[in-house]
Amino acid sequence: MNSNIIEAVNLHKKFGDFVAVEDINFAVRKGEIFGLLGPNGAGKTTTINMLIGLAKITDGKIFYNGKDLTKNINNAQNIIGVVADESNLYAEMSGFDNLCFCGALYGINKIVREKRAHELIELFDLTEFSHKKFQTYSKGMKRKLTIAAALIHQPDILFLDEPTSGIDVASVRQIRNLIKQLNYNGTSIFLTTHYIEEAERLCDRIAIINQGKIIKLDTVANLTSAVQRDNIVEIVFETNIANEASLSADLQQQFPAVKIEIKNSNTLKIISGTKINIVPFINILADRNIMEARLIKPSLEDAFVLITGIGLKLMKKEKEK
Amino acid sequence: MKSLTAFWNILLKDMKNYYLKPPNISWGIIFPFAWMLMMFIRTKSAFNMLEVFPGIIAMSILFGTTSMLAVTITFERKSRSFERLLLAPISIELLVIAKISGAIIFGIFNSFIPVLISFFYFKVVVENFTALATGIILLSFVSTLLGLFISVAAKEVFEAQTYSNFFRFPMIFLCGLFVPIASLPLLIRPLSYLLPITYGVDILRFSVGQNNILAFGLNLLLLLAFCSLLFYLSIFNIKRKWIL
Ligand SMILES: Nc1ncnc2c1ncn2[C@@H]1O[C@H](COP(=O)(O)OP(=O)(O)OP(=O)(O)O)[C@@H](O)[C@H]1O
Ligand SMILES: [Mg+2]
Repeated sequence: MNSNIIEAVNLHKKFGDFVAVEDINFAVRKGEIFGLLGPNGAGKTTTINMLIGLAKITDGKIFYNGKDLTKNINNAQNIIGVVADESNLYAEMSGFDNLCFCGALYGINKIVREKRAHELIELFDLTEFSHKKFQTYSKGMKRKLTIAAALIHQPDILFLDEPTSGIDVASVRQIRNLIKQLNYNGTSIFLTTHYIEEAERLCDRIAIINQGKIIKLDTVANLTSAVQRDNIVEIVFETNIANEASLSADLQQQFPAVKIEIKNSNTLKIISGTKINIVPFINILADRNIMEARLIKPSLEDAFVLITGIGLKLMKKEKEK
Repeated sequence: MKSLTAFWNILLKDMKNYYLKPPNISWGIIFPFAWMLMMFIRTKSAFNMLEVFPGIIAMSILFGTTSMLAVTITFERKSRSFERLLLAPISIELLVIAKISGAIIFGIFNSFIPVLISFFYFKVVVENFTALATGIILLSFVSTLLGLFISVAAKEVFEAQTYSNFFRFPMIFLCGLFVPIASLPLLIRPLSYLLPITYGVDILRFSVGQNNILAFGLNLLLLLAFCSLLFYLSIFNIKRKWIL
């Protein structure tokens, strides 16, 4: 039994002389959420298009469930569901009719497809709008129905191209929860995003792609721990400590093995190359009304910047595109 | 069986979404009327209906089918809903046949009005009903496929419409609709024989006992050849240009 639903081997895509995807390798494991994270124009959509058969492969191989389908991706069409980066359902048709039509394209009979359409509409919280025309939907509703349409034939793997870009916060939350739920119920997921925080929140493993190349591929934990050089504990006080110059100097003297810093008016930072035992600190500072002591972990954002050298501003700028 | 479900529902969806919409139904009725009225006014008095009968039917079919494909194909591609069809587990060939079936039926429907008016008002006598039916059906096929070929080449709906006008209007004069090919300048005549509508009109002329240029069987064969050629060229273009 092959544990990878997809394997991409040395995938290469050229548009004329322009190399959009360069020699990428990855595998999507059954049951995982795999994320392709990268800035504008990195090659995310191009990669998806090659995997689903909407773009010709210049070079390389694609395997589905261990079978080489490079030359006939069509054979995978029954097991893949695709949500494109733009909503592409039929504007003139109702939400319900759209879902039924998509079901019919997969040869599902009328009774079954109508039942599934009802279930999906309920799951996606669109019952009120099921008989309204698609063109009257808000952006968030459109995206939800587009995802529902990709699920009508119950695919093994769902491709989501930037599923939460450009829609309202409430829909974003709902869609992220639904993605998790779907995955929990066994659907493998391949998603692209340029939201670092989305990748961190949803994905089991992330491939960071830039200018057509995969720079790094790992679990979120491994990606972040790779950039973690120091252990950091922050102690937050209820009172202002900014004026107590002697506080940090005293502590530094007592604990020469760590580095003590005043972070801001009520926060003290303890930095160490090794694991920090906070008990002695708490004991000494006990009479000072400690509000909180917290372990600071590097975020995926930190890791991303370090790994790619791409500024967060650039990634965030995309959000307003 | 699964492909059949897909095929039938693509056709049904196009029917509901496009062909049965009031503007398109009325187009199918008004357009042939307009052609007849034009002939009527031009000749001021009774004109020989038999002479213009093939032309009017061919025009109705040609304009009806080609203008619909700009919408059902080019528009759906532009709005990206066509991608759904490409992603579905059916062959591109079957999918294209499903998409053009609606237009072919629409073309046949478009011929009904002029045929009925010719029968009942102008008392046109049909000598060969098989030829009439064959002519109408093949004209619908070949015009639809011409429209398909154009729509596949176009990126925008207006582009598809411009291209098809580029083809359609010269055809009025070149295909023997109202001007007999024999009376065209010698240099232009070969052009007529490159256009498939010529052969469809010839079959229609034969059906009402007007002078036809080629034998019925030969016309039929040539039209079938044009249909296959246009179909495969269109499929080739979809595979080459739409799947980048
Ligand atoms: N049909 C095409 N012809 C030529 N170049 C293309 C084509 N499609 C994409 N490209 C180029 O390939 C590169 C990768 O594009 P792609 O759409 O895959 O990026 P992306 O990571 O999906 O970006 P985005 O965040 O904008 O969706 C870009 O530089 C783009 O301009
Ligand atoms: Mg993209």
